[in-house]
Amino acid sequence: MRVGNRGKWVNAEGVSAVGSAAELAECLRATGYLAGEGLATVGYLALALHRPLLLEGEPGTGKTSLAGAIAEALDLDLIRLQCYEGIDASQALYDWDFPRQILHLRTVEATSSDAAVEEVEKSLFDERFLLSRPVLRALRESPAVLLVDEIDRADDEFEAFLLEVLSTYEVTIPELGTITAEVPPIVVLTSNRTREVHDALKRRCLYHWIDHPGLAREIEIVRTRLPAVSARLAEQVTRSVQRMRELDLLKPPGVAETLDWARALDALGADVLDVETAAATLGAVLKYREDTDRVRESLDRLLAS
Amino acid sequence: MAAPDLALAGFATALRHAGLAVTADRVHLFLQAVASLDATLTADVYWAGRAALCSGPDDTARYDEVFAAWFTGDRSRGVVPSRTPQPSVQANLGEGADETEGDHTLNVSASTTEVLRHRDVAELSAADRAELARLFGTLRPQTPMRRANRRRPSHRGEIDPRRTLRAQLRQVGEPGRVRYRRRSVRPRRVVVLIDVSGSMRPYADSLLRLAHVMVQQAPRSVEVFTIGTRLTRVTPALRRRDPEFALRLAGDVVPDWSGGTRLGEVLKVFLDRWGQRGTARRAVVVVCSDGWERGDASLLGAQLQRLAGLAHRVVWLNPHRGKRGYEPVQAGIVAVLPHLDDLVAGHSLASFAELLEVVADA
Repeated sequence: MRVGNRGKWVNAEGVSAVGSAAELAECLRATGYLAGEGLATVGYLALALHRPLLLEGEPGTGKTSLAGAIAEALDLDLIRLQCYEGIDASQALYDWDFPRQILHLRTVEATSSDAAVEEVEKSLFDERFLLSRPVLRALRESPAVLLVDEIDRADDEFEAFLLEVLSTYEVTIPELGTITAEVPPIVVLTSNRTREVHDALKRRCLYHWIDHPGLAREIEIVRTRLPAVSARLAEQVTRSVQRMRELDLLKPPGVAETLDWARALDALGADVLDVETAAATLGAVLKYREDTDRVRESLDRLLAS
Repeated sequence: MAAPDLALAGFATALRHAGLAVTADRVHLFLQAVASLDATLTADVYWAGRAALCSGPDDTARYDEVFAAWFTGDRSRGVVPSRTPQPSVQANLGEGADETEGDHTLNVSASTTEVLRHRDVAELSAADRAELARLFGTLRPQTPMRRANRRRPSHRGEIDPRRTLRAQLRQVGEPGRVRYRRRSVRPRRVVVLIDVSGSMRPYADSLLRLAHVMVQQAPRSVEVFTIGTRLTRVTPALRRRDPEFALRLAGDVVPDWSGGTRLGEVLKVFLDRWGQRGTARRAVVVVCSDGWERGDASLLGAQLQRLAGLAHRVVWLNPHRGKRGYEPVQAGIVAVLPHLDDLVAGHSLASFAELLEVVADA
């Protein structure tokens, strides 16, 4: 357990030092993440109540980057667990370093022939042969931010396992004993809703659905994240993307795509978005051919201010 | 409980009546959340409740309604929608007596059962319907399988280097038996979309029973939605074992029984919300509809094309196909026909059994 650098979000008693939702929003803003009122409130509640935060929403609305922003704002480590089909506890929790254990045995064999059997066996299951995976790391290094990304990709059994860890914030390793987090880590779960997350897990969490931001806030996001982009270009790009979202596309562009587009235009040295540059860089925003075709047809209307 | 807490708990109860899955621990979390915020600020109470009591994007609209009604006292905004069952538009559960067929006696011999199996479910009397409901229990759906990504230990297949080495390490490096692995199979997802609009009314009950049988056989890999003027997921209701209870639950959650049809639009909603995200990917999708599209059928065709691109197999069940002299000429069916893998009949128990075979072989 680290004692020296505890980050600035907990004081000596382990109580959150962020006093209100507005304060959290301010901290996040300093890192370049602009949270709406709802998200800031829910995020603050997650800190204050030590509850995991379950974020759902369209792809590219900043679910994953919120965890990074919280970690940066509160000066904590971000520990990320990417879920996938077939992930199991040994990839999330811990594993024993088998080759090193074998090496250790060989060394014992070579150096001392009279070592007591029990001693040797005991030395095999030592901390140094333990490979900490993200969840265990988060518990041991807490305060930290644990990001469980795309939980909907994991299997049901993994969800049940996660639920258990998230309700007690402790893990039992048979050979070592129980490891409890002194301060519960801040847990952020994200889901793209490819599958309904089990209700028991949802009940454990605070839930928030992230929508696409409004025009003013999205422009602000572009301006904060990409200070090099001119105000005029930022506004044009954002306005066009917002119009695209109303077009019923197969994959409506998210904030991530807005930023990509602005970045692409900036790299090309454009300071105004006109039909030619837009047509040439559409690939940064739209990822389906059908969408590109549709938007290209109505590009001049889309760009009209 | 203090007075403000009572008011908040009352709000939670109102939400439960409006159909949200509000449980005691959620209410507890809600009260905790409000306590750590400012209970006098409407926005704080609003966000605390939304985070603690909602469990999906579908809940938020209802949450907003109830919130407005409860905290602004505006009762006209319509609290408690949908939850009260509307008997007149519910699926026929096959219980009530049929007056026109006073003393209809039922001879359940093998031959009548066989006849019943082939009769159009829309033309059955109440007694026959009840008997048919029992016969649904005889359907034996089989889950289609797909190749899994993971490999499993096996006694044949390709060599498994890791397990072989580990086994040899266990014998201190002595050469040992070679281990093998092979790809396993997993159940392929089946998605059933049931049209519950007015024109499909005589079949909705039977189709839901069919879906119930399928869900019971593979609760984890079958998803059922009803389509009409809107999309409703009825899988949780159909996971109840007792068919009558399950159907009644499904009847409670579906708001648009025997309404109009907006097939294209609702299919689009399905694809946007569920299909493209993964529910339809590599799945066997069964659309149960007569293809009766009121508006322009081109949207329907475009959505079916999208669906065909995502799904492993698209099966269209049309009750009218089993009738003599049926020709697929309606605009809706014409629009979807190029994108279908199978067009099957779905008017009798025998045809349902055939559908199950088509799904199992997919």
